[in-house]
Amino acid sequence: MADLLIALALLLVAAAATAAVAVREPARQALALSLLGLTLTLLFTVLQAPDVALSQLAVGSALTPLLVLLSVRKARRRSLDRVRAEQQAEERP
Amino acid sequence: MMDVLPYLVAAWIFLVGCYGLATSRNLIHAVGCLAVCQAATYVLLLSVGYRHSGTAPVFADLTPHTRPVVDPVVQALALTDVVVGATVTALLLALVIQVAKRHHTLDPDELSELRG
Amino acid sequence: MNRRQRLWVLLLGLAGVAALLVAAAFRLPTFGSDFHPYGDRAVHEALARHTANAIAAVNFDQRAFDTLGEESILFGAVLGTVVLLRQARDEHQVTPAPARVAAPVRRYALVLLPVTLVTGLYIVAHGQLTPGGGFQGGVVAATALHLLYIAVDYRALERIRPLGLFEVGDAVGEAAYLITGAAGLLAGTAYLTNALPLGTLDSLASGGTVPLLNAAIGMEVACAVVVLLARFLDQAVEIEEEGDRS
Repeated sequence: MADLLIALALLLVAAAATAAVAVREPARQALALSLLGLTLTLLFTVLQAPDVALSQLAVGSALTPLLVLLSVRKARRRSLDRVRAEQQAEERP
Repeated sequence: MMDVLPYLVAAWIFLVGCYGLATSRNLIHAVGCLAVCQAATYVLLLSVGYRHSGTAPVFADLTPHTRPVVDPVVQALALTDVVVGATVTALLLALVIQVAKRHHTLDPDELSELRG
Repeated sequence: MNRRQRLWVLLLGLAGVAALLVAAAFRLPTFGSDFHPYGDRAVHEALARHTANAIAAVNFDQRAFDTLGEESILFGAVLGTVVLLRQARDEHQVTPAPARVAAPVRRYALVLLPVTLVTGLYIVAHGQLTPGGGFQGGVVAATALHLLYIAVDYRALERIRPLGLFEVGDAVGEAAYLITGAAGLLAGTAYLTNALPLGTLDSLASGGTVPLLNAAIGMEVACAVVVLLARFLDQAVEIEEEGDRS
C-alpha cells in the first residue's frame, strides 16, 4: 500500500517536472513550477520526510514561482515601456 | 521494479531539466529548468534514505526504539538545500534582470551575438 | 554550429549520461532497504543529546558546521541580490497607484495574516521537537507579511516593513549563529560543539544549543526572504528607467 502511494507520487513528480520544462512561456512556467512544488511535497510526505515536505511547501509552491513572476513582470514592463518610448519618438516631428 | 523506480525518476527529472536548460530561448525559463534539476537531487537523496515500514525520525510522539525510522541525515541535507537553493535562484533571477536591462533581450542566442 | 547540430550534440550527451545513471541506479542499495549505518548512528546521537527531532539534531548539532556553510551561502546570495537589484543612476522611482482589492480577498488575507505569522513562529520555536525549524518557519513567517500586499497594496506593505531593520536582522541572525558556536570554545571544547545543558527529551528547552542555533537560522531566513522579495517587488512595481515616462 505504501509502495503504491510512493510509486504514484513519483510518477506525478516526473510528470510535473516534464511539464515545468515543456512550458516555454515563463509566466506559465511559474504555475507549472508551483505544481511541481506541490507534487514534491506529496512525495516527501509519503517518504516520511515531514521536515523536507514543509520546507518544499513553503519554498517550492510559493516563493520560487513568486520570484519568477516578479522577474517576468519586470522584463515585460521594460519591453512595453521601450515600445511606448519608441512610438512617442516617432510621433514627434 | 519498485527497487529502482525512485532512482530512475530522479535521473529522468535531472535529464529533463538539463534538456530544458540547454534548449531554452528565455533566461527566466532557464532558471526555472535549473530549479527542476535541483528537485532531482532531493528525490534521489530521500529515496536513498527511505526504509520500508519506517516512520519519520521525530520522537515527539514516538517512543524511541519501538519502530524503525528512516535516515535523518539525507533529510537534513535536502532540507537546508531547499531553502538555500531558493535564495540562489533569486540571485540568478537578479542577474537575469540585469541582463535584460543592459542588453534588452532575454534570449541567450541573441546575447552571444551581442558579445557579452 | 547551428541550432540543429547543437541539439544533436546535446541529445548525444544526455543519452550517455542517461546510460550511466541507469547503470548506477541498479548498483545502488535497493530502495527501502534496512541498511542505514549513518542514519542509525545519527538517531542514536540525537537521542543521546535529548533532541526529539533527529533532523534538527543533524542540522544544528552533528553537522552544525555544515549548516554554517549553508547559511553563509544564503547570506552571500542575499547580499549579491541586494547589490544587483539596487536602484541604478539612470533609474527613478514611481509611486504605484493604490489598487482596488475585492472585499472577500481583503478580508480573507487580513484574517490569514496573523494566523500565518503565528504558524511560522511556532514552526521555528518547535524545530527541535516536531517537524519544522528555522529554515521552514522563517520562510512561512516572511511570506505571511506579504499577505498585506495581496490584501491592501504595496504602500501598505512598505509601511510595516522597515527594510533597513530586516537587513540588519539578516546580519544579526548570521552573527548569532557564529557567536553561539563560539560558546563551545568558552566551554573548553571545539567550535560549535553542543556544550549547553541538554534538558529533558521532548521539552521546549531541550537539546542544548540546538534551539538557539535554530532561532538564529529562523531570524536570518525570515529577514533574508523579506529583503529578497522587497528587492524584486521594488524592481517590478516601483523602479523605472529614466525616460520611460517622458
